[in-house]
Amino acid sequence: MTVALKCEQVAKKIVKASPGAVIAADSTAIVVKSESLYQVAEFLKNTPALGFDYLANLTAVDYLDYFEVVYNLVSLQHNHSLVLKTRCRDRDKPAVPSVVSLWRSADFQEREIYDLMGIVFDGHPNLKRLLLWEGFVGHPLRRDYL
Amino acid sequence: MEIEKYSMTPLNEIDAAEGLRISSLMAASQHPIPDPDSWLDEEISRNVLVTTVDYVLDWARSRSIFPLMFGLACCAFEMIGTAASRFDISRFGMDIFRWSPRQADLMIVAGTLTWKMAPAVKLVYEQMPEPKWVIAMGQCSISGGPFKESYSVVPGINRIIPVDVYVPGCPPRPESLLYGITKIHQKIVKESIKRA
Repeated sequence: MTVALKCEQVAKKIVKASPGAVIAADSTAIVVKSESLYQVAEFLKNTPALGFDYLANLTAVDYLDYFEVVYNLVSLQHNHSLVLKTRCRDRDKPAVPSVVSLWRSADFQEREIYDLMGIVFDGHPNLKRLLLWEGFVGHPLRRDYL
Repeated sequence: MEIEKYSMTPLNEIDAAEGLRISSLMAASQHPIPDPDSWLDEEISRNVLVTTVDYVLDWARSRSIFPLMFGLACCAFEMIGTAASRFDISRFGMDIFRWSPRQADLMIVAGTLTWKMAPAVKLVYEQMPEPKWVIAMGQCSISGGPFKESYSVVPGINRIIPVDVYVPGCPPRPESLLYGITKIHQKIVKESIKRA
């Protein structure tokens, strides 16, 4: 069984590596600033003790005040997992750095989130609609979509 | 001397009788017997049926429908069940589900049709040769079903292609699909070459 890491302890390590990145950390997830997301993700992947080499899932939630992008990370080496979150408040053009260069599985997931939520992933190699067609107006999974 | 002694063996009665039979048959078989073709004329006269082209054509068409292998969602499993041995679609002359639209004349649209899939369905329908028929199977293909208000689902395939028979259900039982197919048969039987 995959062990869920204690997020407070991991958050302390993240703060040591890149100060000011963590907004909040409770028992379930770590929330980081979107500007320092890529640094944190790189740290989580490349630190040997953590070694998160597999992005199991990538999704987004619309809380009306802000969007939350959720990264479910798994380490196949150490058999442990972690939930990483980031937020963006701009509704017109929400933007989050892309993690495709770290995990290839983020490619289609980020395209799906862009398609249905309208969150732009900076640095994505091929950011276009995945499930809907070109020319579709709006992003249907947003809570204010009618 | 020995050889002559053997050749001088007196004639056996059985051998003599056999020799007689063979030589008499040979004498009687100098000409070939004519082929027994006197029945031919009678048989041809029995084969002429008085009927109409419409009747024969519709009879042949309705009993040799080739459906197109076409599953979009969960209804496809009921369609596969209909084709398998328990419900046995072969009883209606629909032997094999065709993989190519060019060999098919019945399209069973089984499942939810999304707008992204719609151009492919229209293309496949247009690739089928005339005459062709369409069954809309299940609520989703009839009217969009529970996804009617959705942003991505076609509200009824009759927006895309003309539909001959609607088979309701979510999903319809194989019996319902077979009933729909017999309805298609009734529809074909009423067709005429005058219209086509």
